[in-house]
Amino acid sequence: MHSNIFLIILGMGLVTYIPRMLPLTLFHRIELPPFWRGVLRNVPYATLGALIIPGIFLIQDDPWFGIFGFTSAVVASWLGVNITGVVLISVLVLTVYTTV
Amino acid sequence: MFRHGIKSGVAIAIGYAPVALTFGLLAKSTGLSLMDTTLMSMIVFAGAAQYISLNLLSLGTGPFEIILTTFILNIRHFLMSASLNEKAENDSLWKKALYAFGITDETFSVASMKQGTVSASYMFGLIFISYSSWVINSAIGHIVGAYLPESVQVSLSVALYAMFVGLLVPAVKTERKALWLAVCAGAINCVLLLWLNVPKGWAIVISTIISAICIQWVVEKGKETEYAQ
Repeated sequence: MHSNIFLIILGMGLVTYIPRMLPLTLFHRIELPPFWRGVLRNVPYATLGALIIPGIFLIQDDPWFGIFGFTSAVVASWLGVNITGVVLISVLVLTVYTTV
Repeated sequence: MFRHGIKSGVAIAIGYAPVALTFGLLAKSTGLSLMDTTLMSMIVFAGAAQYISLNLLSLGTGPFEIILTTFILNIRHFLMSASLNEKAENDSLWKKALYAFGITDETFSVASMKQGTVSASYMFGLIFISYSSWVINSAIGHIVGAYLPESVQVSLSVALYAMFVGLLVPAVKTERKALWLAVCAGAINCVLLLWLNVPKGWAIVISTIISAICIQWVVEKGKETEYAQ
Protein backbone atom coordinates (compact mmCIF):
# COMPACT_ATOMS: atom_id res chain seq x y z
CA MET A 1 0.00 0.00 0.00
CA HIS A 2 1.23 3.47 -0.86
CA SER A 3 2.16 5.74 1.98
CA ASN A 4 1.50 8.72 -0.25
CA ILE A 5 -2.14 7.78 -0.76
CA PHE A 6 -3.26 11.27 0.16
CA LEU A 7 -1.19 12.77 -2.66
CA ILE A 8 -2.66 10.26 -5.10
CA ILE A 9 -6.17 11.24 -4.03
CA LEU A 10 -5.29 14.89 -4.42
CA GLY A 11 -3.89 14.30 -7.91
CA MET A 12 -6.96 12.29 -8.89
CA GLY A 13 -9.16 15.10 -7.63
CA LEU A 14 -7.25 17.69 -9.61
CA VAL A 15 -7.31 15.87 -12.96
CA THR A 16 -11.01 15.19 -12.44
CA TYR A 17 -11.88 18.77 -11.55
CA ILE A 18 -10.01 20.51 -14.36
CA PRO A 19 -11.99 18.99 -17.28
CA ARG A 20 -15.20 19.64 -15.35
CA MET A 21 -14.35 23.25 -14.71
CA LEU A 22 -12.62 24.54 -17.87
CA PRO A 23 -15.55 24.69 -20.33
CA LEU A 24 -17.94 26.29 -17.84
CA THR A 25 -15.50 29.04 -16.99
CA LEU A 26 -13.52 29.53 -20.22
CA PHE A 27 -16.50 29.42 -22.57
CA HIS A 28 -18.39 31.61 -20.12
CA ARG A 29 -19.41 34.20 -22.70
CA ILE A 30 -18.33 32.65 -25.97
CA GLU A 31 -20.94 32.46 -28.72
CA LEU A 32 -20.43 29.35 -30.82
CA PRO A 33 -21.54 29.02 -34.46
CA PRO A 34 -25.09 27.55 -34.74
CA PHE A 35 -23.88 24.17 -36.00
CA TRP A 36 -21.67 23.62 -32.95
CA ARG A 37 -24.31 24.87 -30.56
CA GLY A 38 -26.57 22.25 -32.09
CA VAL A 39 -23.90 19.60 -31.60
CA LEU A 40 -23.48 20.55 -27.93
CA ARG A 41 -27.24 20.41 -27.47
CA ASN A 42 -27.17 16.90 -28.92
CA VAL A 43 -24.51 15.76 -26.47
CA PRO A 44 -26.83 14.87 -23.53
CA TYR A 45 -28.94 12.44 -25.58
CA ALA A 46 -25.89 10.86 -27.19
CA THR A 47 -24.18 10.58 -23.80
CA LEU A 48 -27.22 8.86 -22.31
CA GLY A 49 -27.16 6.37 -25.18
CA ALA A 50 -23.48 5.62 -24.60
CA LEU A 51 -23.97 5.36 -20.84
CA ILE A 52 -26.83 2.88 -21.21
CA ILE A 53 -25.57 0.78 -24.13
CA PRO A 54 -23.92 -1.66 -23.74
CA GLY A 55 -23.42 -1.18 -19.97
CA ILE A 56 -26.88 -2.21 -18.80
CA PHE A 57 -26.64 -5.54 -20.62
CA LEU A 58 -23.27 -6.33 -19.08
CA ILE A 59 -24.04 -5.78 -15.37
CA GLN A 60 -24.43 -9.50 -14.81
CA ASP A 61 -23.23 -12.48 -16.81
CA ASP A 62 -26.88 -13.41 -17.20
CA PRO A 63 -28.06 -11.27 -20.16
CA TRP A 64 -31.70 -11.51 -19.02
CA PHE A 65 -30.83 -9.48 -15.94
CA GLY A 66 -30.03 -6.45 -18.08
CA ILE A 67 -32.86 -7.10 -20.51
CA PHE A 68 -35.45 -7.24 -17.72
CA GLY A 69 -33.97 -4.17 -16.02
CA PHE A 70 -33.91 -2.23 -19.28
CA THR A 71 -37.43 -3.24 -20.30
CA SER A 72 -38.99 -2.42 -16.95
CA ALA A 73 -37.30 0.99 -16.92
CA VAL A 74 -38.45 1.75 -20.48
CA VAL A 75 -42.04 0.65 -19.81
CA ALA A 76 -42.28 2.51 -16.50
CA SER A 77 -40.95 5.77 -17.88
CA TRP A 78 -43.00 5.43 -21.08
CA LEU A 79 -46.09 5.24 -18.89
CA GLY A 80 -45.06 8.51 -17.26
CA VAL A 81 -43.71 7.25 -13.93
CA ASN A 82 -41.30 9.82 -12.43
CA ILE A 83 -37.59 9.17 -12.35
CA THR A 84 -37.40 7.95 -8.74
CA GLY A 85 -40.30 5.60 -9.43
CA VAL A 86 -38.55 4.23 -12.51
CA VAL A 87 -35.44 3.44 -10.48
CA LEU A 88 -37.43 1.75 -7.70
CA ILE A 89 -39.55 -0.29 -10.11
CA SER A 90 -36.50 -1.63 -11.98
CA VAL A 91 -34.77 -2.55 -8.73
CA LEU A 92 -37.95 -4.25 -7.51
CA VAL A 93 -38.43 -6.22 -10.74
CA LEU A 94 -34.83 -7.45 -10.61
CA THR A 95 -35.05 -8.30 -6.91
CA VAL A 96 -38.03 -10.50 -7.75
CA TYR A 97 -36.19 -11.95 -10.75
CA THR A 98 -33.04 -12.81 -8.79
CA THR A 99 -34.91 -14.32 -5.83
CA VAL A 100 -37.31 -16.41 -7.92
CA MET B 1 -34.38 26.62 -7.17
CA PHE B 2 -32.10 25.00 -4.61
CA ARG B 3 -35.05 22.89 -3.43
CA HIS B 4 -35.97 22.05 -7.01
CA GLY B 5 -32.40 20.83 -7.48
CA ILE B 6 -32.61 18.67 -4.38
CA LYS B 7 -35.86 17.15 -5.59
CA SER B 8 -34.33 16.32 -8.98
CA GLY B 9 -31.35 14.75 -7.24
CA VAL B 10 -33.29 12.19 -5.18
CA ALA B 11 -33.06 9.55 -7.91
CA ILE B 12 -29.29 10.11 -8.12
CA ALA B 13 -28.91 9.84 -4.37
CA ILE B 14 -30.77 6.52 -4.39
CA GLY B 15 -28.70 5.27 -7.31
CA TYR B 16 -25.42 6.33 -5.71
CA ALA B 17 -26.13 4.61 -2.41
CA PRO B 18 -25.35 1.01 -3.42
CA VAL B 19 -22.43 2.07 -5.63
CA ALA B 20 -20.88 4.11 -2.81
CA LEU B 21 -21.54 1.43 -0.19
CA THR B 22 -19.75 -1.09 -2.37
CA PHE B 23 -16.93 1.36 -2.97
CA GLY B 24 -16.50 1.79 0.79
CA LEU B 25 -16.41 -1.94 1.29
CA LEU B 26 -13.91 -2.51 -1.52
CA ALA B 27 -11.74 0.35 -0.30
CA LYS B 28 -11.62 -1.30 3.11
CA SER B 29 -10.60 -4.64 1.63
CA THR B 30 -7.98 -2.87 -0.48
CA GLY B 31 -6.50 -1.52 2.75
CA LEU B 32 -7.59 2.12 2.66
CA SER B 33 -8.37 3.70 6.00
CA LEU B 34 -11.81 5.12 6.72
CA MET B 35 -10.35 8.60 6.37
CA ASP B 36 -8.69 7.91 3.00
CA THR B 37 -11.87 6.30 1.70
CA THR B 38 -14.04 9.22 2.73
CA LEU B 39 -11.49 11.73 1.49
CA MET B 40 -11.33 10.08 -1.91
CA SER B 41 -15.11 10.31 -2.28
CA MET B 42 -15.01 13.92 -1.06
CA ILE B 43 -12.17 15.08 -3.29
CA VAL B 44 -12.58 13.01 -6.46
CA PHE B 45 -16.35 12.40 -6.60
CA ALA B 46 -16.17 10.12 -9.64
CA GLY B 47 -17.43 6.57 -9.27
CA ALA B 48 -15.74 4.67 -12.07
CA ALA B 49 -12.36 6.34 -11.51
CA GLN B 50 -12.47 5.59 -7.79
CA TYR B 51 -13.25 1.91 -8.40
CA ILE B 52 -10.44 1.55 -10.89
CA SER B 53 -7.98 3.35 -8.63
CA LEU B 54 -8.64 0.73 -5.94
CA ASN B 55 -7.86 -1.95 -8.44
CA LEU B 56 -4.63 -0.22 -9.45
CA LEU B 57 -3.64 0.45 -5.84
CA SER B 58 -4.00 -3.22 -4.98
CA LEU B 59 -1.83 -4.08 -7.96
CA GLY B 60 0.83 -1.71 -6.65
CA THR B 61 0.56 0.66 -9.63
CA GLY B 62 2.49 3.93 -9.37
CA PRO B 63 0.85 7.27 -8.52
CA PHE B 64 1.44 8.68 -12.00
CA GLU B 65 -0.38 5.82 -13.76
CA ILE B 66 -3.28 6.03 -11.32
CA ILE B 67 -3.68 9.77 -11.86
CA LEU B 68 -3.31 9.43 -15.63
CA THR B 69 -5.94 6.67 -15.73
CA THR B 70 -8.27 8.88 -13.70
CA PHE B 71 -7.72 11.72 -16.16
CA ILE B 72 -8.44 9.54 -19.20
CA LEU B 73 -11.56 8.16 -17.57
CA ASN B 74 -12.91 11.57 -16.59
CA ILE B 75 -12.03 13.55 -19.71
CA ARG B 76 -15.63 12.91 -20.81
CA HIS B 77 -16.74 15.47 -18.24
CA PHE B 78 -15.06 18.12 -20.39
CA LEU B 79 -17.63 17.45 -23.08
CA MET B 80 -20.48 17.40 -20.57
CA SER B 81 -19.33 20.67 -19.03
CA ALA B 82 -19.17 22.29 -22.49
CA SER B 83 -22.67 21.07 -23.26
CA LEU B 84 -24.05 22.19 -19.91
CA ASN B 85 -22.50 25.61 -20.46
CA GLU B 86 -24.96 26.11 -23.34
CA LYS B 87 -27.83 25.68 -20.89
CA ALA B 88 -26.25 27.46 -17.94
CA GLU B 89 -27.54 30.81 -16.77
CA ASN B 90 -25.04 33.65 -16.62
CA ASP B 91 -24.18 33.14 -12.97
CA SER B 92 -20.96 34.59 -11.63
CA LEU B 93 -17.80 32.77 -12.56
CA TRP B 94 -16.97 31.49 -9.09
CA LYS B 95 -20.39 29.89 -8.73
CA LYS B 96 -19.95 28.08 -12.05
CA ALA B 97 -16.44 27.04 -11.06
CA LEU B 98 -17.88 25.70 -7.81
CA TYR B 99 -20.71 23.63 -9.23
CA ALA B 100 -18.41 22.39 -12.00
CA PHE B 101 -16.87 20.21 -9.28
CA GLY B 102 -20.12 18.28 -9.05
CA ILE B 103 -20.53 17.41 -12.73
CA THR B 104 -20.84 13.64 -13.02
CA ASP B 105 -22.54 11.46 -15.63
CA GLU B 106 -25.62 11.50 -13.44
CA THR B 107 -25.86 15.15 -12.36
CA PHE B 108 -25.10 16.20 -15.94
CA SER B 109 -27.83 13.97 -17.35
CA VAL B 110 -30.45 15.18 -14.91
CA ALA B 111 -29.53 18.86 -15.38
CA SER B 112 -29.50 18.52 -19.18
CA MET B 113 -32.96 16.97 -19.31
CA LYS B 114 -34.40 19.77 -17.20
CA GLN B 115 -36.70 22.17 -19.05
CA GLY B 116 -35.24 25.62 -19.68
CA THR B 117 -32.02 27.01 -18.34
CA VAL B 118 -29.93 25.76 -15.43
CA SER B 119 -29.10 28.15 -12.58
CA ALA B 120 -26.30 27.85 -10.06
CA SER B 121 -28.71 27.38 -7.16
CA TYR B 122 -30.43 24.52 -8.98
CA MET B 123 -27.04 22.90 -9.57
CA PHE B 124 -26.07 23.40 -5.93
CA GLY B 125 -29.22 21.60 -4.79
CA LEU B 126 -28.78 18.78 -7.30
CA ILE B 127 -25.13 18.31 -6.40
CA PHE B 128 -25.65 18.73 -2.67
CA ILE B 129 -27.93 15.71 -2.36
CA SER B 130 -25.95 13.56 -4.83
CA TYR B 131 -22.62 14.42 -3.25
CA SER B 132 -23.92 13.84 0.29
CA SER B 133 -25.22 10.41 -0.68
CA TRP B 134 -21.91 9.56 -2.35
CA VAL B 135 -19.67 10.64 0.52
CA ILE B 136 -21.81 9.40 3.41
CA ASN B 137 -22.50 6.02 1.84
CA SER B 138 -18.81 5.53 1.02
CA ALA B 139 -18.06 5.97 4.70
CA ILE B 140 -20.93 3.72 5.77
CA GLY B 141 -19.76 1.05 3.32
CA HIS B 142 -16.32 1.13 4.90
CA ILE B 143 -17.70 0.93 8.45
CA VAL B 144 -20.51 -1.59 8.05
CA GLY B 145 -19.45 -3.58 5.02
CA ALA B 146 -22.05 -5.08 2.73
CA TYR B 147 -24.87 -6.18 4.96
CA LEU B 148 -27.52 -5.85 2.28
CA PRO B 149 -28.90 -9.23 1.20
CA GLU B 150 -27.16 -10.54 -1.89
CA SER B 151 -30.26 -10.38 -4.12
CA VAL B 152 -31.00 -6.76 -3.20
CA GLN B 153 -27.38 -5.79 -3.75
CA VAL B 154 -27.36 -7.39 -7.17
CA SER B 155 -30.63 -5.82 -8.23
CA LEU B 156 -29.55 -2.39 -6.95
CA SER B 157 -26.73 -2.44 -9.49
CA VAL B 158 -29.30 -1.58 -12.14
CA ALA B 159 -30.37 1.63 -10.36
CA LEU B 160 -28.21 4.17 -12.19
CA TYR B 161 -28.89 2.57 -15.58
CA ALA B 162 -32.61 2.68 -14.86
CA MET B 163 -32.22 6.36 -14.06
CA PHE B 164 -30.50 7.03 -17.40
CA VAL B 165 -33.31 5.20 -19.18
CA GLY B 166 -35.88 7.16 -17.19
CA LEU B 167 -34.23 10.40 -18.30
CA LEU B 168 -33.98 9.41 -21.94
CA VAL B 169 -37.44 7.96 -22.58
CA PRO B 170 -39.48 11.16 -21.97
CA ALA B 171 -37.12 13.03 -24.31
CA VAL B 172 -37.54 10.33 -26.96
CA LYS B 173 -41.32 10.61 -26.64
CA THR B 174 -41.27 14.30 -27.55
CA GLU B 175 -38.37 14.34 -30.00
CA ARG B 176 -37.45 11.59 -32.45
CA LYS B 177 -33.96 13.04 -32.81
CA ALA B 178 -33.14 12.08 -29.20
CA LEU B 179 -33.70 8.41 -30.04
CA TRP B 180 -31.37 8.52 -33.03
CA LEU B 181 -28.69 10.30 -31.02
CA ALA B 182 -28.85 7.72 -28.26
CA VAL B 183 -29.03 4.64 -30.48
CA CYS B 184 -26.24 5.88 -32.72
CA ALA B 185 -23.96 6.66 -29.75
CA GLY B 186 -24.81 3.34 -28.08
CA ALA B 187 -23.99 1.39 -31.23
CA ILE B 188 -20.66 3.16 -31.72
CA ASN B 189 -19.88 2.66 -28.02
CA CYS B 190 -20.46 -1.10 -28.44
CA VAL B 191 -18.03 -1.27 -31.33
CA LEU B 192 -15.39 0.77 -29.48
CA LEU B 193 -15.68 -1.09 -26.16
CA LEU B 194 -16.34 -4.67 -27.17
CA TRP B 195 -14.54 -4.88 -30.47
CA LEU B 196 -11.73 -2.31 -30.48
CA ASN B 197 -11.09 -2.44 -26.71
CA VAL B 198 -11.02 1.35 -26.35
CA PRO B 199 -10.86 2.45 -22.67
CA LYS B 200 -14.32 3.23 -21.31
CA GLY B 201 -13.75 6.95 -20.74
CA TRP B 202 -12.59 7.54 -24.30
CA ALA B 203 -15.24 5.28 -25.78
CA ILE B 204 -18.00 7.44 -24.28
CA VAL B 205 -16.35 10.65 -25.50
CA ILE B 206 -15.75 9.36 -29.04
CA SER B 207 -19.18 7.80 -29.50
CA THR B 208 -20.91 10.90 -28.12
CA ILE B 209 -18.99 13.26 -30.40
CA ILE B 210 -19.47 11.17 -33.54
CA SER B 211 -23.18 10.72 -32.89
CA ALA B 212 -23.79 14.37 -31.95
CA ILE B 213 -21.98 15.67 -35.05
CA CYS B 214 -23.39 13.16 -37.55
CA ILE B 215 -27.00 13.58 -36.44
CA GLN B 216 -26.62 17.37 -36.44
CA TRP B 217 -25.20 17.19 -39.94
CA VAL B 218 -28.09 15.02 -41.11
CA VAL B 219 -30.59 17.42 -39.53
CA GLU B 220 -29.04 20.47 -41.21
CA LYS B 221 -28.85 18.65 -44.56
CA GLY B 222 -32.52 17.80 -44.18
CA LYS B 223 -33.36 21.44 -43.57
CA GLU B 224 -31.37 22.54 -46.63
CA THR B 225 -33.19 20.15 -48.93
CA GLU B 226 -36.49 21.31 -47.45
CA TYR B 227 -35.61 24.91 -48.32
CA ALA B 228 -34.39 23.90 -51.76
CA GLN B 229 -37.68 22.28 -52.65
